[in-house]
Amino acid sequence: MPTKPDDILAIRDLEVHFEQSGSSLSRLLGRPSGTVKAVDGINITLQRGEVLGLVGESGSGKTTLGRAILGLVPATSGTITYTPPAGEGVDIATLKGATLRSMRQRLQMVFQDPSAALNPSMTLETAIGHPLVIHKVASGEELRQRVIASLERVGLSPAEQFLSKYPSDLSGGQKQRAVMARAIIVGPELVVADEPVSMLDMSVRAKVLQLMLDLKRDLGLTYVYVTHDLATAKFFCDRVAIMYLGKIVEIGPSDEIFADPKHPYTKSLLKAIPDPDPSKAIPRDLPRGEIPDAARPPKGCSFHPRCPMARNDCGWEPRDLKSLVEEHWTTTDLATFEREHELVGHLVELNTSAGEVVVEPHRGKGSPDDVWAMFSAIKDARPDEPLWRGVTSMEKTPAGVKFVFAPSSPVNLRASGASEVACVLYPSAP
Amino acid sequence: MSAEPIVRARDIRIWYGTTRGPVKAVDGVSFSVGKAEILGLVGESGSGKSTLGRGLLGLLPDGAAMDGELTFEGVDLLAATPKQRFAYRGTHLGMIFQEPLTRLNPLMRISEHFSETLKTHEPSISKAEIERRSLEVLRVMGIPPSRFSSYPHEFSGGMRQRLMIALALVLRPAFVVADEPTTALDVLVEAQIIKILHDLRNSFDTSLLLITHNLGIIAEACDRVAVMYAGQIVEIGAVDKVFADPQHPYTRELLRSTISLSTTALHSIPGAPPDLVDPPTGCAFHPRCPDALAICAVTRPIAYARDGGAPRSGSTDVACWVASAKSGTVTLTPAEAAPLPREELADADEA
Repeated sequence: MPTKPDDILAIRDLEVHFEQSGSSLSRLLGRPSGTVKAVDGINITLQRGEVLGLVGESGSGKTTLGRAILGLVPATSGTITYTPPAGEGVDIATLKGATLRSMRQRLQMVFQDPSAALNPSMTLETAIGHPLVIHKVASGEELRQRVIASLERVGLSPAEQFLSKYPSDLSGGQKQRAVMARAIIVGPELVVADEPVSMLDMSVRAKVLQLMLDLKRDLGLTYVYVTHDLATAKFFCDRVAIMYLGKIVEIGPSDEIFADPKHPYTKSLLKAIPDPDPSKAIPRDLPRGEIPDAARPPKGCSFHPRCPMARNDCGWEPRDLKSLVEEHWTTTDLATFEREHELVGHLVELNTSAGEVVVEPHRGKGSPDDVWAMFSAIKDARPDEPLWRGVTSMEKTPAGVKFVFAPSSPVNLRASGASEVACVLYPSAP
Repeated sequence: MSAEPIVRARDIRIWYGTTRGPVKAVDGVSFSVGKAEILGLVGESGSGKSTLGRGLLGLLPDGAAMDGELTFEGVDLLAATPKQRFAYRGTHLGMIFQEPLTRLNPLMRISEHFSETLKTHEPSISKAEIERRSLEVLRVMGIPPSRFSSYPHEFSGGMRQRLMIALALVLRPAFVVADEPTTALDVLVEAQIIKILHDLRNSFDTSLLLITHNLGIIAEACDRVAVMYAGQIVEIGAVDKVFADPQHPYTRELLRSTISLSTTALHSIPGAPPDLVDPPTGCAFHPRCPDALAICAVTRPIAYARDGGAPRSGSTDVACWVASAKSGTVTLTPAEAAPLPREELADADEA
């Protein structure tokens, strides 16, 4: 795919998958083990001088994507094309060894925990000058002068006082400044900042963000800002990509995303941020549950089991029925739970993504009529559950109760206004 | 709020011994928590908020000393023997920790966690009673009873924190300290847990001390808030009053520097929190305070009630010379009220 001259990075169909090792028995028998699709088909183009926010919960793949940009995790497939100011684009995904390492003069990273990112036994002079030594850029007096200049640039001044200090002598904010100094000393173009302020105190966060904005202005940096914090992303980013389970569910200019969030997940995230305004009550209509296991992602739209606005074609499957029964058990009295649990057991037959499933009485305890009565009662108690929209039929069979689920519609990113949204509620414009 | 507080703390001091001298982690803190009330304790790291929470339960490490007055339902906890305090923990005073995974034993089923907890405090309890009481709490926390015999690793992060809350509540303590209960959780799960904690008073009639660094959580979940700085409570009062009209400059600056969705410009507090081995004289915040007066550098401020008179439970108490002079509770001499010359802070000192 051609890139425009001011595009610094073009990510196309990027996938990063991690193989699970599985049990020793399955390894011995050569059975296939699970795959975690940490990054699952991402397309992003990053312009020079832009701040792109990658926002999501833990397990959304935002950190893996950030690391893949620097080649810190190998891409399973897809391309990451970096275009220098003058010259040809390079596909980072195919680079290895020394050529990949030499790219790190152009692409740098700031890690989340500044205490863990600095070697406790290195003075700041050694630590910050280390990239120059590794890339054989400078040595001796020039090295020292460049370290001093870098320290001054991040506000650790007078620099001479900091050269011989160890990380343990510094406060959290100072450490993160030192990490910034180390990242910029090689003169990078793109900095991937992975939660750079989430470990810092409130009164310090603003200072470090301000420093990052100053560095961007002075050095013409481009940032990829990885965070779970929508509030700092709103302030800091030009464009925001909301990630869920390895996929981008919504991407667009910050103004658009925050003024007019479209994906139900984005809307929930915005509603859930605790706001320091006591007049606002606790939000009560939040999605239940948590981000699912990436090794077994839900069918259709990954967010559908938690989505308050889900339709019939969002990818409902037997596993969702199991969650509903378990939730129902948290509301019944103990006697009802024990009777029903005895009747259907642990519902292992529902651990599937099949389009239809039959729930039978567990080990012959009870009749299909009992199972039918149980599910009818659950349905009658909460007929508005989004799941029932996805159940096209529930019928009694000689063996048990048969459920048929509606097929799912595809959820690709589609343009809507200035953003792109991956949700069936926003079909592509005709 | 009922008239008689569940927990009353007066002039609590907790110091740690170090080779550099005592660290004054908590230095003269007074507050009370009413029945079914949620008091938020907010402060930056190193402000002493976690130390205070542990001190209330008697969970301080060796090398820490605690003094002052601490009563629970009228019983003097600091005069109690270690054995008596042990008996109070769990049944009367509960604790919810920050990281649920490190607090649950990976080799024990959830049912075993509950039976251990209940048997420690009620040795003669029957197996059926253990199951009945555990499942009842788990139900309130939204954990399916079919998961009762699962192991901790089979639960997600939010579920584990619900388990921790359930383990603390199964003994029905009247007072629970929750130390950063949502810090390790995602924003949507955090909101679920905050809702559970907020509703505890309805389901269990529990009083809660909620320790957090997040002002948003305080605003959403708490009735009153105590703002801690350098081991002292600088302002305490009803959340809506304190947040709408903060009297202490630290509270005001902290609210301003919090980045929320309505933030349009960055604001930060100059300087860094002080070293608690050698805290500043006078008001501990004076080197960073934009409003500091000459007296602030010399004499520790006396707390006053915002609506006049001496501080009393339920009112807004503030420990600040500027605020008390403005309210007319003290009269300062012109020399005392002169603005304090500010030393220039280098960027390096700031972060």
